[in-house]
Amino acid sequence: MTTATTGRAALKGVVGTPHTRVEGRDKVTGAARYAGEIPFADLAHGWLVLSTVARGRIRAIDTEPVLALPGVLAVLHHGNAPRVDTDYIGLLGMPPDPTAAVFQQDRVHHVGWPVALVVAETPEQAREAAEALVVAYDEEPHDTALTTGHPGAHPAGGVMPGETAKGDLEAGLAASAVVVDEEYTTPEEHHSMMEPHAATARWDGGRLEVVDSNQGTTWIQGELASMFSLDASAVRVRSEHIGGGFGSKGLRAHQVAAVMAATELQRPVRVVMTRRQMFSLAGYRSPTLQRVRLGADADGRLLALEHRSLNQTSTVHEFVEPSAGVARVMYDADAHHTANEVAPLDVPSPTFMRAPGEAPGSFAIESALDELAERAGIDPIALRLRNEPEVGPVSGLPFSSRNLDACFREGARRFGWAERDPRPGRRREGRWLLGTGTAAASFHAGAGPSTAVVTAQADGGFTVRIAAADIGTGARTALTLVAADALEVAPDRVRVRIGDSDFGPAMIAGGSMGTRSWAWAIRLAARELRERLALGTTIPPEGITVRSDTTEALGTLAQKERHSFGAQFAEVAVDTATGEVRVRRMLGIFAAGRIVNPLTARNQLVGGMVWGISMALHEEAVRDRTSGALYAPDLAGYHVATNADVGDIQADWVEDPDPDDPVGIKGVGEIGIVGAAAAVANAVWHATGVRHRSLPIRPDRVLSASVPAAGGDPHA
Amino acid sequence: MREFGYQRADDVIGAVALLAADPDARFLGGGTNLVDLMKTGVERPARLVDVRELPLDTIEETADGGLRIGATVTNSDLAAHPDVRRRYPALAQAVLAGAPGQLRNMATVGGNLLQRTRCGYFTDLSTPCNKRAPGSGCSAITGEHHNHAVLGASEHCVAVHPSDMGVALAAFDAVVGYETLNGPGELPLADFYLPVGDTPHRETALPPGALITGVTLPPAPVAARSRYRKVRERASYAFAIGSVAAALDVEDGVVREARLAFGAVASRPWRARAAEAVLTGAPADGDTFAAAADAELAAARPLPDNGYKVTLMRNLVVAVLTELAEETPR
Repeated sequence: MTTATTGRAALKGVVGTPHTRVEGRDKVTGAARYAGEIPFADLAHGWLVLSTVARGRIRAIDTEPVLALPGVLAVLHHGNAPRVDTDYIGLLGMPPDPTAAVFQQDRVHHVGWPVALVVAETPEQAREAAEALVVAYDEEPHDTALTTGHPGAHPAGGVMPGETAKGDLEAGLAASAVVVDEEYTTPEEHHSMMEPHAATARWDGGRLEVVDSNQGTTWIQGELASMFSLDASAVRVRSEHIGGGFGSKGLRAHQVAAVMAATELQRPVRVVMTRRQMFSLAGYRSPTLQRVRLGADADGRLLALEHRSLNQTSTVHEFVEPSAGVARVMYDADAHHTANEVAPLDVPSPTFMRAPGEAPGSFAIESALDELAERAGIDPIALRLRNEPEVGPVSGLPFSSRNLDACFREGARRFGWAERDPRPGRRREGRWLLGTGTAAASFHAGAGPSTAVVTAQADGGFTVRIAAADIGTGARTALTLVAADALEVAPDRVRVRIGDSDFGPAMIAGGSMGTRSWAWAIRLAARELRERLALGTTIPPEGITVRSDTTEALGTLAQKERHSFGAQFAEVAVDTATGEVRVRRMLGIFAAGRIVNPLTARNQLVGGMVWGISMALHEEAVRDRTSGALYAPDLAGYHVATNADVGDIQADWVEDPDPDDPVGIKGVGEIGIVGAAAAVANAVWHATGVRHRSLPIRPDRVLSASVPAAGGDPHA
Repeated sequence: MREFGYQRADDVIGAVALLAADPDARFLGGGTNLVDLMKTGVERPARLVDVRELPLDTIEETADGGLRIGATVTNSDLAAHPDVRRRYPALAQAVLAGAPGQLRNMATVGGNLLQRTRCGYFTDLSTPCNKRAPGSGCSAITGEHHNHAVLGASEHCVAVHPSDMGVALAAFDAVVGYETLNGPGELPLADFYLPVGDTPHRETALPPGALITGVTLPPAPVAARSRYRKVRERASYAFAIGSVAAALDVEDGVVREARLAFGAVASRPWRARAAEAVLTGAPADGDTFAAAADAELAAARPLPDNGYKVTLMRNLVVAVLTELAEETPR
């Protein structure tokens, strides 16, 4: 037994100090196991069969020849699969996407709709049989093209109101000295994380266990329990290491199919998605068609603002990409109208992806702001600072903190903005035209209810248990620092265990809320534990354990506008003879709360900015209208930025502790991508004098745009 | 998985005999393209005859001062070879512009010439494609085709050849050597790839069962001043949307000899002979270079979404030839 103390030399202040990833060695040596490679005795393998038609009805599935193939154990489909319940609201306040509730109907709602699961002794046998399975369809005409004024388009809410409106828009525009009225589009984009979706399901003594790669074990536990009508305590979901999620790793067809097969066969079954399957089963960011109208007085003060965005969704699930929400936080005007609309098409359901809403929405409105600055002859940064709102433009609520001006001032200083000649097409270096651009960024800062368990061990160590998810962000390491800080011990005395629904309810890794939500719960429990230990208690062999739950504390938070902010800067080189665009420099300065671990936080912010480059220049999934399928859906055909596409890139931050968070955290998960694509696009305009309002800015689009002679002023 | 046989050939004649014994067999080089196609089901060989270990991995000078490059020389070794770098720099640049280092370490010269198009319809078994399934139709002509052919295509297929290396070889009059059961043969690269016509599935003039043994580059002093420029949709890990291999010999401001070939615009590396004819004997200036490009591109038949390639190729030709002319010692 040990006399209880958290350490003779109490340590403070490890939050904010750089710390390499606690599981880094395991990951680089291969010791860390991912969901698709964890061994199970008697494991069977399922392979999903996806529809080849975009709309219609399954007429027949010829299972007999396939069941006769070597190693094949079963073929699950709508004719024989267990029924599941989809009439519930999940953790995120949404009904489940019926695409994940596999094999419940004979209708096909998009190309790549799951129609069967072939289970065999080996993955090779399952795949061969799956590819041999003949499915006959009654095909129907399909519509997969999102168009302006699509007859199915309607305003839609989701996580926020669909429409907001105040003031007389037309009057505001009419009274304006400078007006911008432009359309902006972003394409279908896919998460493309490194690790494909993989799940193994098995029954263990009347309890369902699922080993998965997901963004929240208690989230998936709840979904599976609801769908299979089980008590939540009868479902355990584990997800220890995750090779990226970006919003895509929620409940998907593979987990549900694996549970069905494990139930039917009464043995463990694993289902892994292929990269190509991920392009129809893993969710994606919808294309957006946006229109922004801005009106300002001669000094650039906004008098009228309208932002409308249309996105597509599937015919079975409504997902809103709330791009028009950006202005509800960022810019005010007496006439202020925003609207998000969706149109159902015969396409897969879109989902959360890398700053949903803010990423495409900021491209549109931050481009429009740049155009307004150009037309009004005002510096783009001055224009934004001149329009800083005192309170939430729609809510009227005060901001918990808003340090956008500090981001712009520090960023402008470090980027050398003051030396910039505002005229476009003036700088040339060999075959390259050079230009710089900037954009503002914001992302909601929130927290979700979480529970944590902290144990003081008799050997002097501490164990933290929380159903957190480290999707590559460094959350496990950040939480180690938070716990050590609260316990006032060195980080190496703290072991943080995550990714297990048995640890109790917790927020998901999503919405930039994971680390803040979990840190809150850990700090609550750790501080209470420290108080108990300070009394000189003796630690019994089983240790002393304290549990926490943040539900009550979160409920008492005052209603405020709570956001991170940032300023993005980019320098690009454009060869107008070939259409090539290269990002030479990028700088992002953020006000994103207290930074727990500078190493991994910088990694996240830079990662977000790289995704911004990728969004600006590369990413685009093209849908073939005839087949309704994606063209070349793999990582050779779908381009993400490579190392060679990223020049000198830096992210840093200003002091911005959240006054209402026990640790001061806001969250850094998503803000890095926000505004990044607009900064690049604005820099391309500055280099060439040509506006690109449709992403990505591909070479053919640069070539096809009319290029004024260098030095010319297109608006002169 | 679909099962297939695998055999490693010990010598060239043995390899040819193994393939002849099985009409559903394929030669396996580095496997960087064939194995991908087997995974997607585009290729379903019953047997692979591995030729990568054959003693065809040397680069030697020929009697007349050219180079003979063995079929199993890797792309990495080809690009690093001092004679290639000095005498045919555009060839080394072209190889280095393609694929990452890992693939170049595996990929072979023979396999590079025989790689298949990356057209997304060719690799998607659920869509029509005349190259993959003759007679089924071409999905690209009415579908996605912004990176498809503007030269030499037909109403049956508009796919482009993906090779960078082949573009430089085309500019330098490479000759492909092969072995068959009936003895060796050779094909100039200009005749190696068949016109698309109504048989896009028939891609080369190689006799059935032939094994490429090497590529011969004739002596070409003009090639010592040559360059390869590739434009793609990201800075690395992407096939070209347009590329140029060019060589230029200028004396007293007049073009004495020029070589020009285009990539990513046709079903094969495209030797630009009409452009070369304009260049030869003309002043080495921008007007000549533009006129040369226009002469070649007069035959272009763009589709609705790939017309930019005509502009791109014209601009590339002018840019690359201008660079080469400016480097000529005066």
